[in-house]
Amino acid sequence: MKQLWLTAKLDIVESLRARWFQIYTLIFGGIVAMLFLFGLTESRVLGFIGLSRLLVTYIQLTMAILPIFVLITTVRSVAGDREAGVFEYLLSLPVSLFAWFWGKIIGRYIVVFAPVFLAMLAAVGWATIQDIEVPWAIFGYYSALLAVMSVCFLGIGMLISALARSTDMAQGAAFMVWLALLLFLDLILLGVMIQGKVAPEVAVMLALLNPLQVFRTAALAMFDPQLIVLGPSAYVVLDLFGAEGFRLFALVYPTLIGLLNACAGYFVFKRGDLP
Amino acid sequence: MTPMIQFNNLAKTFRRARVLDGISLDIGIGERVALIGSNGAGKTTLIRCLLGEYTFDGTVAIAGLDPRSHRTTVLGNIGFVPQLPPPLKMPVGQLIEFSAALCGTDPQRIHAIARRLGLGLESILARQFVRLSGGMKQKLLIAIALGRDAKVLVMDEPAANLDPEARKIFFDLLAERLDDATMIISSHRLDEVSALVNRVIEMDMGKIVLDDKVTDAVTLTAVLDCRIALCRFEPAFAKALAGWKFTASADNLVWEGAIAGPDRLRFLGIVSRYTALVSDLSLTEARS
Repeated sequence: MKQLWLTAKLDIVESLRARWFQIYTLIFGGIVAMLFLFGLTESRVLGFIGLSRLLVTYIQLTMAILPIFVLITTVRSVAGDREAGVFEYLLSLPVSLFAWFWGKIIGRYIVVFAPVFLAMLAAVGWATIQDIEVPWAIFGYYSALLAVMSVCFLGIGMLISALARSTDMAQGAAFMVWLALLLFLDLILLGVMIQGKVAPEVAVMLALLNPLQVFRTAALAMFDPQLIVLGPSAYVVLDLFGAEGFRLFALVYPTLIGLLNACAGYFVFKRGDLP
Repeated sequence: MTPMIQFNNLAKTFRRARVLDGISLDIGIGERVALIGSNGAGKTTLIRCLLGEYTFDGTVAIAGLDPRSHRTTVLGNIGFVPQLPPPLKMPVGQLIEFSAALCGTDPQRIHAIARRLGLGLESILARQFVRLSGGMKQKLLIAIALGRDAKVLVMDEPAANLDPEARKIFFDLLAERLDDATMIISSHRLDEVSALVNRVIEMDMGKIVLDDKVTDAVTLTAVLDCRIALCRFEPAFAKALAGWKFTASADNLVWEGAIAGPDRLRFLGIVSRYTALVSDLSLTEARS
């Protein structure tokens, strides 16, 4: 356990000094600051006003940025460290591979999740000072959703890092994974449905296998519990899970994807050449 | 007596390239082995197998234990100095704390060895490791490797970036471990490490092509007093001698200083570049 925390701490310190982390923090802090500056809390869209409006916009933007950012930075730093000889040296110290791999995941998780969450927390803090009503239910669920999103893509990133033997390959693979998830979000599924190759229920089920789609739908469900904006697809989703059931599914399923990927990554890492 | 390190029919293949080809080797307690060979001979791969960083065919055992399946126990007994320092962004202080905590040693032992090597850590504890000079990095990595009770020292060109003064102290530090540590020192060139070792293993194309004992005539702690007289002053040679902490006479034509015994070949190699300038040269084994 001591080795695990030592490794986690090491990864946190390394990340805090890395350029990517500074940009990452700046982006999410900047988003919240800009949303306040542009008076989003005063604007009204689809009946939403105040901090709810800001949080809805924030999570939409985060869903677009966080996955690719987590994937690319994870594979770049892990595969990059391996290429640069960091693994050769640090893994010559008496640290167990379990502690090393999972310690790295824990450290990176904290570093990835903290700026996103703290930016949202800062928004809540500012709203409290400004006497703007805080939608605690939305804030709590979105925080959980961001936490799960970080687990999911961190796990995928660690698996790619364990499989790829070079930074270039790892980056390319991470980008392809993100692109595939993005395409299956709408474009390909819509095309398939238009061609009538599969039943709409199957297409919706396939879409729900995509964690990006799950996050998007779950974020929508917080302010549109009947998922009216999804049209007929909403019937499949709600018939299958129910509104509460889907919210739970959106937290459990991506977590499982992340953990399974991380476990697979650990298995590959443990069995293969380390540096 | 059971050897400290045993390689038995060790083979490693990367895709189709066989980098290690059936290495069998026993290294006993207290042996100091020079592992030499050209680039691509398999030295680094052998070291990585020894450290349990690579999968391999055959067996590797350190004190009877496999480095892959008994990682922490085995690596707890190995001090490793890589040829190229890793580009770590962490502060020096944290690297020392991290290594010391994992190895179960007191960070002050690392500090003490770094100090002996001429590296004062107090002023650089907050500096990123990657921002240190090549020599400082090397000294710190040596201090981390020697600042614990390692039974095996594995060093890849350990003295390459050290100045003559630090090399002298480094040899002294190794001499203090002669009785209780087995050493593997890897290098491209034998003359760089010949004085440090009592056995030479040369590798080529993944095989051992030479395994020989070295007559242990030079002790690690020997110091030679040296006097060089020049027929004329040459700034480049003066700079080289100043690097070895030599002092000059008033006319800059007579230089005197001390060199570490194991460094004599290296020193003479430098002097040989200026042979035409040397009118007199003496090396006297002064003290041990």
